[in-house]
Amino acid sequence: MYTPHTAKDREEMLKTIGASSFEELVKQVPSKFLWPKFKLPLQSLDESQAAAVMAGLAGKNCRPLNFVGAGAYERYTPAAVKAITSRTEFLTAYTPYQPEASQGTLQAIYEFQSTVCALYGMDCANASMYDGASSFAEAVRAAVRVTGRKKIVYSAGVNPQYMDTLKTYFAHSPEYSYVKVPMKDGVMDRDALPALLEGAACLAVQTPNFLGLIEDMSGVADLAKAAGALLVAASDPVSLGILATPGEYGADFAVGEGQSLGLPLAYGGPYLGLFSCKKEHVRQMPGRICGLTKDKDGKRGFVLTLQAREQHIRRDKAASNICSNEALCALAATVYSALYGPEGLKELAEANAGAAAFAAERLGTIKGCSLKFKGPFFNEFVLAVPGSAGALREKVLAMKGVDIGLPLVPLYPELGETLLVCATETKTEADILKLADAIKEAL
Amino acid sequence: MICAVTDNKLSIEKSDPGRRGLHAKNPLRAKANVPANLRRKAAPRLPELSEFDVVRHFTRLSRLNFSVDTHFYPLGSCTMKYNPRFNEEAAALEGFSGLHPLAHDVCAQGTLELIHDLSARLVELCGLDAITLQPAAGAHSEFTGLLLAKAYFENKGEARTEIVVPDSAHGTNPATASMMGFTTVNIASKPDGRLDVAELKKHIGPKTAVLMLTVPNTLGIFESNIEEICRVVHEAGALVYMDGANLNALIGMVKPGDLGIDMMHLNFHKTFSTPHGGGGPGAGAIVCRAHLAPFLPVPTVKKEGGKFASDFGDGKSIGKVKAFFGNTGVLVKAYAYMLAHSADELGDIARYSIINANYIRALLKDLYPSYSSEYCMHECVLTPGKDMLDKGLKTLDVAKGLIDRGFHAPTIYFPLIVHEAIMIEPTETESKETLDEFAAAMKDVHDSGVADPQSLKDAPVTLPVKRLDEVQAARQPNLRW
Repeated sequence: MYTPHTAKDREEMLKTIGASSFEELVKQVPSKFLWPKFKLPLQSLDESQAAAVMAGLAGKNCRPLNFVGAGAYERYTPAAVKAITSRTEFLTAYTPYQPEASQGTLQAIYEFQSTVCALYGMDCANASMYDGASSFAEAVRAAVRVTGRKKIVYSAGVNPQYMDTLKTYFAHSPEYSYVKVPMKDGVMDRDALPALLEGAACLAVQTPNFLGLIEDMSGVADLAKAAGALLVAASDPVSLGILATPGEYGADFAVGEGQSLGLPLAYGGPYLGLFSCKKEHVRQMPGRICGLTKDKDGKRGFVLTLQAREQHIRRDKAASNICSNEALCALAATVYSALYGPEGLKELAEANAGAAAFAAERLGTIKGCSLKFKGPFFNEFVLAVPGSAGALREKVLAMKGVDIGLPLVPLYPELGETLLVCATETKTEADILKLADAIKEAL
Repeated sequence: MICAVTDNKLSIEKSDPGRRGLHAKNPLRAKANVPANLRRKAAPRLPELSEFDVVRHFTRLSRLNFSVDTHFYPLGSCTMKYNPRFNEEAAALEGFSGLHPLAHDVCAQGTLELIHDLSARLVELCGLDAITLQPAAGAHSEFTGLLLAKAYFENKGEARTEIVVPDSAHGTNPATASMMGFTTVNIASKPDGRLDVAELKKHIGPKTAVLMLTVPNTLGIFESNIEEICRVVHEAGALVYMDGANLNALIGMVKPGDLGIDMMHLNFHKTFSTPHGGGGPGAGAIVCRAHLAPFLPVPTVKKEGGKFASDFGDGKSIGKVKAFFGNTGVLVKAYAYMLAHSADELGDIARYSIINANYIRALLKDLYPSYSSEYCMHECVLTPGKDMLDKGLKTLDVAKGLIDRGFHAPTIYFPLIVHEAIMIEPTETESKETLDEFAAAMKDVHDSGVADPQSLKDAPVTLPVKRLDEVQAARQPNLRW
């Protein structure tokens, strides 16, 4: 209970209102609807009791040594990030509708947009979307609006959940077609592109792709452009500490899952949709955008801008219906990026690539196991295993408390019995040796 | 709490080449073997700062904000209630925050149980049959709800193309409709702010898929004809969607399902006390009747033999509206909030949100006339009085004047159907003393504005910046460093 009213307060307030009872205030509600019986607990818990319940539930989740990635990555969250995001001046503010009273949130959004542009090498970014999947779907929607075409070409390495989400976003219309670029050695078969891209709204590519491999994007934008299609790129932001950026290889829209920038896994959310684009598409961006301006004395300040794209102004003509986004997660990602800086992010990216390389080296030599692909990868890779990958995962989890990776059979049956194994900067040499030993023992 | 700003630099302007904050020293770094042709050519242009530089920079920024903890924040339709600290602590427990979304169900029993129990409680609270907790926010819930409607009609072999909304609706309603390829049909409200049933009858028919209706509506008025409205819609074979943004007025007092609706959404960052974070993250839900349940997004959570498991349905689902499950971290906070309330105490939320709104309305009635002559529910919509309007003073001036007096402004210029609207939602967690102080500030804004209109036109003058040039911001967008 968080209401402050005493009986005396209530009485005085009703008197000021001029009502004899609370019931008089709600006369507009037909009385038969008022105060029904609820099959809900008759007693609430005090804080210590509730704390015990919550701790009990949290304790029922087990904490394996985790090597599952597949779109959500175990990261260390620096103490300074938690300290800033728990400042309640940030935590308990609303969307900055009154700019003079929200300069902290607004400047943080401006710095977030700048951070996303710097990482992705793009011209402009918005104040965030729900998650990587919804950013991806919105980018493809924007490409459809720009080109007026309804054929969507995507590489087989795009996260299957992103494609599922995209198809849900377009569920209203059967006229959209989806053409998959086949895989060759775990990456997009570039030779297939010219024929497939004919008449396409966009080519949507993820790199590092869902299987962890880094796509060689050189010349891809030119192929898309020759067909009149736009290039939509999805990338993990930490990988961009070292990898070629969407801006460098000519993407029109670049998106990503910002969870990677130090946000907790939290069973799927809240995460952070990163959304950026070339300057010429700025008015196609969905959602909030913060801009720098001046106050009437000429002093620098920040406001929400280009609002003529948004639902509260344009209603049924808006670019998207998005209203609330993931502002606090965007703040966390901005603080995280500022704490590490360009050099720290490079180190982080290399720690990921190095940990995964070491894991691949160890696991690839286990008898009966092998690396499915030879190409360069970032922080995860596909391991072929003897027998059922799902059964192996369950066995090692039960025996050793190690979650060895995600079985790929349901998503990529053509790859056979394989696991997608991920190692981030949180994994030490000892952790990886433990993983290798656990698999060896279970086989 | 707002400091005089001598430093208004961006973090990048404080950057000193070579200065370092955090490191990543994992020795496995040496094993990285990404070829040069796949690497970025230039380092990202990010600030080079010490950890302390970063902490001081963002701490300074935080102090430039108004927030619920520091200021009364009566934004109408946003339900800016107190965000209990306990909820934050619960969500931060390692067992919840460290759980991978693709963890095996065996490892996720605690979170699945929480989702299962939260779902059951919310379904009961709403008086409906089924729920999805996958949407990330309110607008995302609307999108999910219209997808359910679409799937439902497709399954029946009906092609319905229109969504009906009253002109008092949130902008997200028509925006969602068009995002889904529906045509929006607007209905003018009656002078008392309610949906005009005669107009509704004229605009509803075999093409209508859904009526989207906010209850109570954005004027803070209950749709007293709701039973008839639902009957009219159902007779046309269409569905009623309740926008649940204003559920704080009904929680624990009315079961929305009893009103005859087919589905509704919840905003956890409004009704269920989870913090809004300066614009998110929120979390949403769609609660619906059994006839829509087969189409809910997957996965949902089922209980079998004492164990909890993800349920991927029988193939009728609309699919995924986001990756993984939903904003689970926010749901943990909402569950903690539910534990703190018995059924009766949930009803007190509605009770005191209504008393507080009517109290403000009564205190201000002589200076700021109420749009409606009736008592309001959880929020009231006022306008500046004639004496202010005659002096050229507008709602925007009232908002800025309030900020100078240490109060966040109410929602302004919404709903669109009220000229110069000032929409005040105090919420149940504010005390009588705070409301008295707010009313005094509103009176002071009135009195000083009428005496010296320019003084209010110049407001705010006590904050780090004065009124900002929004026209220049849009004309020459500067969106990044």
